[in-house]
Amino acid sequence: MALHSEDRAYRPDALIAEDIGAYLQAHQNKGLLRFITCGSVDDGKSTLIGRLLYDSKMIFEDQLAALEADSARVGTQGKAIDFALLVDGLAAEREQGITIDVAYRFFSTERRKFIVADTPGHEQYTRNMVTGASTADLAVILVDARKGVLVQTRRHSFLCQLLGIRHLVLAVNKMDLVDYDQATFDAIVADYRAFAASIGVEDFTAIPLSGFKGDNITAAPSAETPWYAGPSLMQHLETVEVGNDIAQTRAFRMPVQWVNRPNLDFRGFAGQIATGVVRPGDAVRIVPSGRTSTIKAIETFDGPLEQAVAGQSVTLTLADEVDCSRGDVIAAAENPPEAADQFEASIVWMGEEALIPGRAYWLKLGTQTVSASIAAPKYEIDVNSLEHLAAETLSLNGIGVADVTADRPLVFEPYADSRALGGFILIDKLTNATVAAGLIHNALRRAQNIHWQALDVDRAARAALKGQQPQVLWFTGLSGSGKSTIANMVEKRLHAAGRHTFLLDGDNVRHGLNKDLGFTEADRVENIRRVGEVARLMTDAGLIVLTAFISPFRAERELVRGMIPDGEFVEIFVDTPLQVAEERDTKGLYAQARAGKLPNFTGISSPYEAPEQPEIRIDTTRMTPEQAAEIIVAQVLGEWSPTL
Amino acid sequence: MLGLTHLQRLEAESIHIMREVVAEAQRPVMLYSIGKDSAVMLHLARKAFYPAPPPFPLLHVDTTWKFRAMYAMREQAAQDAGMDLLVHHNPEAMERGINPFDHGPLHTDMWKTQGLKQALDKYDFDAAFGGARRDEEKSRAKERIFSFRTASHGWDPKNQRPELWNLYNARKHRGESIRVFPLSNWTELDIWQYIMAEGINIVPLYLAAPRPTVERDGMLLMVDDDRFPLQPGEEPVMRSVRFRTLGCYPLTGAVESEAATLPEVVQEMLLTTTSERQGRAIDKDEGGAGMEKKKQEGYF
Repeated sequence: MALHSEDRAYRPDALIAEDIGAYLQAHQNKGLLRFITCGSVDDGKSTLIGRLLYDSKMIFEDQLAALEADSARVGTQGKAIDFALLVDGLAAEREQGITIDVAYRFFSTERRKFIVADTPGHEQYTRNMVTGASTADLAVILVDARKGVLVQTRRHSFLCQLLGIRHLVLAVNKMDLVDYDQATFDAIVADYRAFAASIGVEDFTAIPLSGFKGDNITAAPSAETPWYAGPSLMQHLETVEVGNDIAQTRAFRMPVQWVNRPNLDFRGFAGQIATGVVRPGDAVRIVPSGRTSTIKAIETFDGPLEQAVAGQSVTLTLADEVDCSRGDVIAAAENPPEAADQFEASIVWMGEEALIPGRAYWLKLGTQTVSASIAAPKYEIDVNSLEHLAAETLSLNGIGVADVTADRPLVFEPYADSRALGGFILIDKLTNATVAAGLIHNALRRAQNIHWQALDVDRAARAALKGQQPQVLWFTGLSGSGKSTIANMVEKRLHAAGRHTFLLDGDNVRHGLNKDLGFTEADRVENIRRVGEVARLMTDAGLIVLTAFISPFRAERELVRGMIPDGEFVEIFVDTPLQVAEERDTKGLYAQARAGKLPNFTGISSPYEAPEQPEIRIDTTRMTPEQAAEIIVAQVLGEWSPTL
Repeated sequence: MLGLTHLQRLEAESIHIMREVVAEAQRPVMLYSIGKDSAVMLHLARKAFYPAPPPFPLLHVDTTWKFRAMYAMREQAAQDAGMDLLVHHNPEAMERGINPFDHGPLHTDMWKTQGLKQALDKYDFDAAFGGARRDEEKSRAKERIFSFRTASHGWDPKNQRPELWNLYNARKHRGESIRVFPLSNWTELDIWQYIMAEGINIVPLYLAAPRPTVERDGMLLMVDDDRFPLQPGEEPVMRSVRFRTLGCYPLTGAVESEAATLPEVVQEMLLTTTSERQGRAIDKDEGGAGMEKKKQEGYF
C-alpha cells in the first residue's frame, strides 16, 4: 500500500479514549523484546525501521511534517516519504547518507514494548553490530529480494550466532521489486537454510516483505503475497517466545556490584541477578572464596521480597558475617560457577590500534576487573567466508580465537550458558578505550588456588597469587665483603624475572626502624631480631626478601632461621677474607676502626662468626659480583621456584 | 515463572547503571532539573541504594527563571531523599542579568551550558547522572549510557566507547568526566506509567489547572511572576493549562487541557498527535541539528 495522506496521522488505540484505566493496566504488564536489525543501506533497513515506527503509530504529525520536508529536500525516494530519514540521527551521517553507529529506537504495540538496535551493516562497522547484538534477544536479517543471500548476509548471521542470539528472522525485503514472486522467495530461503545449518543456526523465520510498500509488516498475508502463510513481521515480533525466562531456570548467580553499609547494623550486597531465582533461606556460596552462608533477606525500597529472579536489581543480606565485596559472585551453594585464570575466548577487536599479544589490558567481566593479557590468536575468522586464517594479531573489526591469561582467577561461565558471566570487555590501560569484546568458551585450567572450601587469605594464598615461593635470602659477611652489591644485583634479576621482592639493607633499616639502636653487642642482637621479624612478615605477604647485614653472630642468624618456615631461609655467606675487605675499605670504616674511632667493629674489635653450613657460599676472591648474582638467582629460581 | 515486565526490566537496568557509577567513579553527582524525568531518576536512585540514602548530592544548575512551583518541589525532594542539594548560578549570567526575554539563545548557553560546566568544575565531579532519554530526540538515540566528556566538557560523537551487554567502561583520565544517562531506554510513556505505578511526586504544573497565560508567537506562556514583561495589548488570561515539559517558564509552552489527573494526562498524551518536545522552544534553534550542536558544546 502506498501512503495516502489520510493514513498518515498517528491514530491512537480506541481503548485510550474509552477507558484509559484499562489501557494503562494492559500496558503496565507488557513484556519487552530487544532486537537488532542487520542489513546494509541498500537492503532498506532504515526504511523498514521507519515503517515499523510509522505502522505502530510512533510518528507524530510534527515529525511527519518534518519528514515530508526532509524527504523532498534530501530524500532518495522521489516524492514519497523517505522513512530512512526518520532514523538517521547524526548530522554527519545525514550528509553521508549512511548510519555509522548504533542507534536505539523504541516503539510499542498492545502486546509488547520493543527496543531496536539499528546498526550499520558494512564490514567496517562490525564492532557496531556486535555492540547492538550483545543486548538483543532476536535479530532481523535483511536480504534484498533481487540479490538474495550475499556475503554480508552470511557475515550478519555469523555475528548474531556468535553473540548468542537464538532467534533469527530472515526478512526478504523489496519483494515489490521482484513482483512478489514466490519462487524467488523460496529460492532465497532454501539458499539461506543451507548456509544457516553450516554455522549452527537451527531455526529461523523467513518473511517476504516490502518496507517501502508496507507488505507483511503489520498484517499478513498482504494482498500481494497470497501464497505466504506465515505471520507478518510485527505479529512475529509480538508473539515469538524469546525465552527471557530461561535465565530463571539456571542456577542462581549474582555478581556483587556494591556493598551497602549505611550503618553498623546493615550490610547488604547489591547487584543484578544474572541467572536463577533467590529466596530467603537459600544456601549460597561466595565465589571465589568458597565461603557459605544463607540468604537472610531480599531488601528493597518497597519492603522485603519473597523471591527475586534473573534480571532484577536487588540487595541481599546474609545470615553470617562473611567476606564479600565487589567482584565476588553470590551463587547457589550446591552449584557454584567455576573460577579460572586462563581461558579460551572469541575476541572481537574494536580498537583503532591492533591487539598487542602479551600486553596487559584491563578485563571487565560482570563486576570483576582484572589485568589480563591475550596470547597471539590461534586463528582469525574471515567473517565473510568463515574460514580460519592464521593471524599474529587482530585489528579493528577482526574476530579471532585466543587464550586469555588473567592475573587472578575470574568467576565465569561459558558465554553459551550466560551472557552476564561469559562476556567481557578489554580496556586499553593507557587510553582507557574499550578495545575488544570477548566471549569465553571454556577455562584452560582450573585455577590452582581456588578451593571450594572456605579459604582464608593466608601466606600460601598470598604467595600463590604472586606465583612464587616466599623466601629470605640472608646475606651475611664482613663489612665491605660485597653483600649489598650482590644483593642488589640479585634483586634486579629476580624483579626482571617477574618475582616480587624486597631488599632490607643495613643502612635503610638503621635510618628508620632501628635508628634507636647502636653497635653494642646487645643492640646488634636486637637489630638482627627486628630485621628477622620484618623479613618474616614480608614472607607472610608472599615476598622474596633479601637482607644484607653483617649479622656477625651465628646465634642470631639461627634465631632468624627459626622464625622462618623450613626451607625458606637461605643463608648466603659472602666470603671475603678480612684482609681483602680491609684493602677494599669502600666506606673508609676499617681505617677509622684501626684508628680506634669505631668501637665494636666487626673483624677488628668484635668477632665475626662465619656460617658453618650456609645454603650458598660466595667466594668473592674467585668471582665477580655479576657471577655471584647469577649463581644465586639460578639457585633461587631453579630449586625453589614453584611449578606454576 | 513470570517474566519481568518492561517496567521491571527498565528499573533493574537503571539501578544497575547507578550502582556501577557509584562503585567506579570518585565523585558522582545527580543533575536534578525538577522535571518528571528527574523525579523518576531520583526515585530510582533511592531504590538503588536503599536503605542508605543515595551516596551523592543533587545538583540543580539554576537559571533563576524556573517556575515557582519547581523551586518549591526542589527542596522537598532533596529532603525526602536525605540528600544534599547543591544549587549553582552562573555568576556572570547573574551579573549581566541574562534572561530569556532579552537574550534569546544566550540565555540557555550561559545559564545552562556554561553554568553546568562551572558547577562540575567547581565541585570536581567526575560523573554526572542526567535524565535524558534516547526517544526524546534523534541525536540522543545514538548517545551512549556512559558518555565521555573531555576536560573542557566537549562531546565527540565519533569517538564513543562501545557498550556491550551491561558492561560499562568507566575508566577515564584525570579531568575527564562522564555524563551517565540511566533513563536512556525509557520512553515518555514508560516514565508516566512508572510515576503512576510508584506514586512518585511530581510538580503540579504537569496537571491541568487554571493559570494566568498569554499567547505569544503561537505559544501559550504562563505569567508565573512579575518579571514577565507584558507587551502592549497583552493581558494575562486564566486558562486551564498543563505542561508537557518543564524548563524556564518564559521558554516553556503550555497546552490547553482539562486533564487534572495522571491517567487523564497520559490519555491526552496518547491521543495527541504531536511529539513531546514541541512545547519547548530550545530544540528549534539552529535547525534540526540544534541538540547535537549544543551537546558538542557541553549542554547536557
